[in-house]
Amino acid sequence: MSTELLKAVAASNDWWALGPEMTLAVGALLLLVLEIFSPKKDLRFVPPLAVFTLGLTLITVVANFDKTWGGEALFGGLIRLSASGQIARVFFLVSSLLVCFLGTICLPRARVPRVEFYHIVLVVTAALMLLAQSNHFVMFFVALETVTIGFYILVSYYRERTLSLEAGLKYLVLGALSSAILLFGIVLIYGAVGRVVVDGVVHNGFEFGTVFNFLRANPDNFLATAGALLVIGGLAFKIGAFPFQIWVPDVYQGAPTPVTAFLAVSSKAAGFAVLLLLVRVFAPLQAVLVPVLSLLASATILFGNLSALTQRNTKRLMGLSGVSHAGYLLIGVVASFSQSAAAGAVWFYLFTYLLASMAVFGVMAYVAGPDDSGEELEHFERLAKDRPFLGTVLAIGIGSLAGIPPLAGFMGKLLLFVAAFQAHLYGLLAVAVVGVVISIFYYFGWIRAAFFESWSPPAPGTAPVIHPVAAAATWAGIATLAVLAIATVVLGFFPWPLTSWLLR
Amino acid sequence: MLSNAQLLQLAIATPLVAAVIIACGLPKRFAVKLAVVAFTAPVLLALWLWAQFPAVDAHTYSFLSTTYTGLGGLGITLKLGLNGISLPMFLLAAIVGLAAGLYALRSGAERLKLYLVLLLIMHGGLLGVFASVDIFFFYFFHELALIPTFVMIGIWGGRDRSYAAMKLTIYLTAGAMLSLLGLIALYVKSGANSFDLIELKDAIAAHALAGHTQTWIAGLLLLGFGTLVSLWPLHTWAPLGYGAAPSSAAMLHAGVLKKFGLYGLIQIALPLLPLGLQHWAWKLALLAGLGNVLVVGFVTMAQRDLKHMLGYSSVMHMGYCFLGLAALSTVGTGGVVFLMVAHGLSVALLFLLATSIHHRTHTFDLTEMGGLAQKTPVLAAFFVAATMAGIGLPGFANFWGELTIFVALWKFSPGLTAVAISGVVISAIYGLRAAARVFFGPPSEALQRVHAQHPPADLDWREKLPALLLLAALLFFGFYPKAISQPVDQALAGPVAAVKILPPR
Repeated sequence: MSTELLKAVAASNDWWALGPEMTLAVGALLLLVLEIFSPKKDLRFVPPLAVFTLGLTLITVVANFDKTWGGEALFGGLIRLSASGQIARVFFLVSSLLVCFLGTICLPRARVPRVEFYHIVLVVTAALMLLAQSNHFVMFFVALETVTIGFYILVSYYRERTLSLEAGLKYLVLGALSSAILLFGIVLIYGAVGRVVVDGVVHNGFEFGTVFNFLRANPDNFLATAGALLVIGGLAFKIGAFPFQIWVPDVYQGAPTPVTAFLAVSSKAAGFAVLLLLVRVFAPLQAVLVPVLSLLASATILFGNLSALTQRNTKRLMGLSGVSHAGYLLIGVVASFSQSAAAGAVWFYLFTYLLASMAVFGVMAYVAGPDDSGEELEHFERLAKDRPFLGTVLAIGIGSLAGIPPLAGFMGKLLLFVAAFQAHLYGLLAVAVVGVVISIFYYFGWIRAAFFESWSPPAPGTAPVIHPVAAAATWAGIATLAVLAIATVVLGFFPWPLTSWLLR
Repeated sequence: MLSNAQLLQLAIATPLVAAVIIACGLPKRFAVKLAVVAFTAPVLLALWLWAQFPAVDAHTYSFLSTTYTGLGGLGITLKLGLNGISLPMFLLAAIVGLAAGLYALRSGAERLKLYLVLLLIMHGGLLGVFASVDIFFFYFFHELALIPTFVMIGIWGGRDRSYAAMKLTIYLTAGAMLSLLGLIALYVKSGANSFDLIELKDAIAAHALAGHTQTWIAGLLLLGFGTLVSLWPLHTWAPLGYGAAPSSAAMLHAGVLKKFGLYGLIQIALPLLPLGLQHWAWKLALLAGLGNVLVVGFVTMAQRDLKHMLGYSSVMHMGYCFLGLAALSTVGTGGVVFLMVAHGLSVALLFLLATSIHHRTHTFDLTEMGGLAQKTPVLAAFFVAATMAGIGLPGFANFWGELTIFVALWKFSPGLTAVAISGVVISAIYGLRAAARVFFGPPSEALQRVHAQHPPADLDWREKLPALLLLAALLFFGFYPKAISQPVDQALAGPVAAVKILPPR
């Protein structure tokens, strides 16, 4: 990039386009400065400050929602603001707000540094937002790596616990492998598009538009097809799709609960935001990609649901059921090759998944003791009796994940199914229905543990196992969980607030 | 003054709003009173709407109203209205809901408030099912009513409740998902881009679906709805679930909610997919005739448990409904609607009485009962009357339903008609034998011990009231069948509702 370009960018108003990301970065740095200069007791202002930064950014993004610079590429083709990019920004900000909320529940129970957690969450959020706006493979890879490196740290954040360290190591090794695959794919595409000599700045083999034009002209190019497949393979790791899902249960179990939620929601959504961007770039390769992605989706749905059947550990269960959700979402991605409306359905599903997952993780955070990696379904017994509020929130969250009407998750599945029907994906629909029916078993088992078996006496001859009563929620916790639960119910009855925004 | 359309909305909203108010922490005293109001209001409103229902020119929906919920882009709006087929079902839902609600109030269930909340949600969902013109909301309300059923079985259920609730949930979710796929397929294939049944009919009247498309969509719907209505061999959830369910939930589910699938086939599949149904008619009739009526009939005879017997008998009676549907004629379809109403009332009454019997015998085992008629003559009279209704004795509404179905079935297949009529004999055998074992003969030793500790009292007025309500409705429709047949006829014969029944072969 030449200095003229930098000067030109500096002179223009393009920087404003990245205002939200820069606000987050400044906030993140501010947190570190605060840690150095303020006495220890003032550190309790750290979480509110992080929440404030995120909230402020969220408000500015929502207020300037329609301001997308006319969809033009900015920064020499690196960034392109779009309506779907704005949706992604809102999604990641809301998700990170809730991750910070989970952090305030879980982190005080462990002897770990506080400030760095919020710092990394803010940085990762900014990177996630950049990722969804990227228009260039370099930008895309840098943003993705920033996210991934942030997660390497977060996953092993409980550095005195072996499970957390083990999870961090596994995530590191497999994450590095997936990055390598992804990078190899990008390089293959770059090589195939073939403009090694950069003519001008904006026309090069990394830019999405150039790649699309090349693929449209040469849909049979072997190198580019292989590259596209490798890129999708790398992304399959992020979303936890088959056959790159193998890390999910261990990492979800070992990571601190807020990080698990962050991985389950934001990291997964980032993969789908990028996939939806790339669907447009790789559209000329439909003939290869649609069968591959369909196969991936079916295998993911079946693997996720079948392997979740036998889980008793709640975090592994959430991880494996999350794999199956990635499978349902992949159906939407496949459908979006022919039905542009399917992208809206994917986003709707992601938002309902965000609300429901965060509600469930919130309850899990309260139920878990100091060691949250060993949380089993048995720990939820009597929950509905001891903590009726948490029990209700759990039931609503799980019901929504299972796709039971009248909760929001059902609307998400309905929109995906309609899109899949319109795209004639009958085989995938059949697999999805089988998956939904299987999932009833384990989701229902969880609700059964929390509600039904509370009143059953222990079997004769065995000593009753008394699990510690779940922690009482603070008023802020009650308010947050209540908002999540109510939003899940209301969006099921009346999805207008989301549909008017996502499906226009 | 509210318009009739608003009254229809009010009838559905009352139980749901009452459920929310009670859930928000209303004291128990007021909760019970509010629940009585919320269970009673829909019956009064339904009777009023029935009286207001236009006697002529009722070919399309009356009391229409449309509410926008944010899925307009998909062609989904909350459109409510009643036609000649849904009117009797709506009335059925309201009556059985009131009876189940009144019976729940006296049940003395632990955590009564939660029980009432769930029952009210179920009631609101049921009313919504039959008043929905939009087939998405038709499905939506069904699920809304179904979820409380699972929870009620799980919390207040009897034997094997955990297993029964799980099995019921998995079967019914599978059935519901399949039928949802069928409904989405209709939406996409019809080209109407709307879930509104009226617009779907218009679109299909303009461009009928190709034969093979109709076949596979009808197949999906039959499989999905069939599971929900316990078509043999997908019926095994029903006896188990009803055996475990608390009485009010069993009354509402077996009486009303289970009719959802049949109602859907009549309102949606019959007008929109006539060729598809014709393709499956024989297979359906064979499954229903040999499976539901004969096999399940014999299985019912072998039951020793009163509640399981009732569960199996309701599976068996659904066989008649499928047979009437498979006849693909106006007469047969009318008979199905009639039998759905009649069976809904009688099976609800039987489940109610079964629980009352259990209170007095502390067992459901038929071999450990006997002689109850001397101590509780009113209960005995009710039970015998309900059994007679179930068998289809003239004077009860069931008679007209079964008779019309047999008449229609004769044209379709005399052989299957013979099977169906032999089913009446089977149901007479198990029904009368159950009545005899419970109420007559010498009481068993176990029962004598129970009675020594808890001397049985006859039905008190809080049990009598809901039982009387159901029995009165059965007798009323038995002696005045026109109340149902007239609106049904209009809907089936009308040119707009266009149940284009195929010419007899």
